[in-house]
Amino acid sequence: MEKQHCYHCGDDCDSDSIEYDQKCFCCNGCKTVYEIFSENNLSYYYDLQASAGSTPTAIEGTYDFLETDSIVEKLTEFNDGNLQIVNLYVPLIHCSSCIWVLENMNKLNPFITSSQVNFSKKTVRISYNSKKTNLKEVVVLLARIGYEPYISLEDIDGKEKKVDRSLIYKLGVAGFAFGNVMFLSFPDYFDLSSSKTSGGEFWLNQYEVVFRWLMFTFSLPVVFYAGADYFISAYKGLRSKILNIDVPISLGILVLFVRSTLEIMFDLGSGFFDSLTGLVFFLLLGKFFQQKTYSFLSFERDYKSYFPIAVTKINDDGTEVSTQVHEIKQGDLLLIRNGELIPVDGLLYKGKAQIDYSFVTGESVPVEREFGDKVFAGGRQMNGPIEVEALKSVSQSYLTQLWSNSVFKTDKSTRFQNITDSIGKRFTIGVLTIAFLATSYWLYFDASLAMNVFTAVLIIACPCAIALASPFTLGNMLRIFGQKKFYLRDTAAIEQLAQVDTAIFDKTGTITTSKRSWATYEGMPLTPEEESLLKNTLRASNHPLSRTLYDILSDHNIYTLDEYEEHVGKGLEGSKGGKHIKVGSSEFVGNREVSDSLNTAVHVASNNAYKGKYVFHNQYREGVSEVFRQMSEQLQLAILSGDNEGEKKNLERLLPKLTPLYFNQKPEDKLTFITSLQEQGKKVLMVGDGLNDAGALAQAEVGIAISENINVFSPACDGIMDASKFQYLYQYIIASKKAMKIIKLSFLLSLLYNVVGLYFAVTGQLQPVIAAILMPLSSISVVAFTTVRTNLLGRKLN
Amino acid sequence: MSVIYVLLAISIIVAIVFFAAFIFSVKNGQYDDSYTPSVRMLFEDEVVKQKKSLQKSNMDTSIESNN
Repeated sequence: MEKQHCYHCGDDCDSDSIEYDQKCFCCNGCKTVYEIFSENNLSYYYDLQASAGSTPTAIEGTYDFLETDSIVEKLTEFNDGNLQIVNLYVPLIHCSSCIWVLENMNKLNPFITSSQVNFSKKTVRISYNSKKTNLKEVVVLLARIGYEPYISLEDIDGKEKKVDRSLIYKLGVAGFAFGNVMFLSFPDYFDLSSSKTSGGEFWLNQYEVVFRWLMFTFSLPVVFYAGADYFISAYKGLRSKILNIDVPISLGILVLFVRSTLEIMFDLGSGFFDSLTGLVFFLLLGKFFQQKTYSFLSFERDYKSYFPIAVTKINDDGTEVSTQVHEIKQGDLLLIRNGELIPVDGLLYKGKAQIDYSFVTGESVPVEREFGDKVFAGGRQMNGPIEVEALKSVSQSYLTQLWSNSVFKTDKSTRFQNITDSIGKRFTIGVLTIAFLATSYWLYFDASLAMNVFTAVLIIACPCAIALASPFTLGNMLRIFGQKKFYLRDTAAIEQLAQVDTAIFDKTGTITTSKRSWATYEGMPLTPEEESLLKNTLRASNHPLSRTLYDILSDHNIYTLDEYEEHVGKGLEGSKGGKHIKVGSSEFVGNREVSDSLNTAVHVASNNAYKGKYVFHNQYREGVSEVFRQMSEQLQLAILSGDNEGEKKNLERLLPKLTPLYFNQKPEDKLTFITSLQEQGKKVLMVGDGLNDAGALAQAEVGIAISENINVFSPACDGIMDASKFQYLYQYIIASKKAMKIIKLSFLLSLLYNVVGLYFAVTGQLQPVIAAILMPLSSISVVAFTTVRTNLLGRKLN
Repeated sequence: MSVIYVLLAISIIVAIVFFAAFIFSVKNGQYDDSYTPSVRMLFEDEVVKQKKSLQKSNMDTSIESNN
């Protein structure tokens, strides 16, 4: 049978596809979007990119809270009662079709005046007439065409994120000054400052002073504005008794500036203004290059970006009203719809709860709760609507308490000294020693040259190239990793990754996939008729376990059942031609045996006689055992799972022998486990996926969050990795190690330049021209070297 | 030759004008998103297509994501 792909989203159309307009769709949602687009003449969407869409989610009542004025006020950027402007984060923006359709939203809703996409941030900024339409309508329209915006508590609490553009301004100032000073230096280059004695060019001599003071003027903003960060950082370093790389850099900049100023004041020469401005420009360029950010990802997430803004509250008189999560008080009755998140700890008041806590505890099996049981914040209701009575407010719920741990308050970067700074200390001491030795030598032989030599050494040894090696190597590495769907927070994360000697993995969602597509049958074998009836019964159900089981069972003829009934939370029954089958929970099918298995199982009974059960197992990610085998050669490994021991046997079979496995770990246990390893001097890499790993991810030297969809929530971490790339994790660690080698090689390269420059400096022959040639040459060759090497490294990665 | 002062002044003023324009454009957020406009300029102004015959086969399409 040939696979058909949905015209809108490209997913496989399985047996229940929908034909419409000679095209095949995988679900009603996709068909509806296609209808909307064709009615509004927007079918050009499909010409830009085939199958560009995504399956729209069902929405009902989810966005009622957007009618609340106070929420609208907080979400909109601009609101004068007539025009409202809102900036929404749409994680699904991924191609040019998305841009096109989102920018043509006014075709779908005439009261939308304009909509603008920012592709790199994945946001769309919509202006609309709030008299004629409202925020809710706009958001619902977005959701209907498959671009559901992600609105979370963070958007309401969030402090205004200020865009920091100061580095670009500084780069602009330095570049502007550098270019102009180079031009103004030309007369000096060609006349080589010998003009006055040997005649030289009259006009150049005439206006020399003007040129020189102009250069001085241009360099003022460079030293005092663009280079200010280096002075501040050096000062801070010295105050805490650390010689970081910024100390010799600031020293170099200062000496360059002071010596050049003195030279032009006393007409000794033209100074080194070109080198000075060039130096600052290159340094800032390195900084800019390092500042690669994945603006659509956030590494600083806490529970706020995971929580909804509002929840439906049921008043005493039975009316439903949308309430902000923060306003929930003890005793409020809340309505939690299917698939919604429970925002506060509470008591189950009505309905049958099946709550998926996998994100909070790592427990992979949904927990069933009955009337009067406690439910915790952060769980997701999987089974029809329930009503919950709040026991606590949001800020006091169990999940939010996790965030009061001090590990979330400390800044990781302060605990770690990067490679450049660690070399900075030795470098500074070396340079100062050479400077003093050379000066004392010249004081003895020719005192007039002593000061010249001292400053020349400090100028030429200014570690520009050294300071550039690391930002350019690691900045480029960040980009390469980003192309491989491995997104690291900053360059320090690569350095840390290169040093790890221990790797700790969470189980659920990290080394297992979220799909459970593997089950084994235990019990009396089913006859072909029974199996066919079972498959047809499952066909009609939308329960995730039914879908999984349906896919596992071999193909049978599709026929219509005589009777079919779904009992929510229990199971299904169907009958055909006098045969009757029940599939579902143990009690539903009338199983009397007590099960001791810890894994999820679906039981089957035929004509009211118990037959057996399908036991579901975690599906491990591709290449897990291979990755673990490779890693175990170099790293210590362990599994920390919040789940029960049901998978122990499978894990032992899969992982290298003697890999320690820990089960039933609470979030705090994970954190303390990592801390105890660190006390033994280990450098720990933690790989996890959920809120339950958040503490451990923050505590570890490197925390990597594995995510099936990088746009949805992931806990605060140093890196986010697309789940499909899990098998390459070890390759990436090796690549980080190699990147550090490249940096060390380029240190050697720049030291060579320094040796050449120091020869000129120590012998007292340093001309501005030599400095002006050596400095950019060393910087550019170091940048070229690191870029070429890292690109070669990146080419070998999968 | 004092004309050189005039020339210098003019050239520096021109340079500063460009510099000011650069700062202004950064402040304005013109450099915040460097990707979307490059795609936007490729869109047809006319979004209403002529009805083409729907003979195209759309069976072997595959999702392409370029992020």
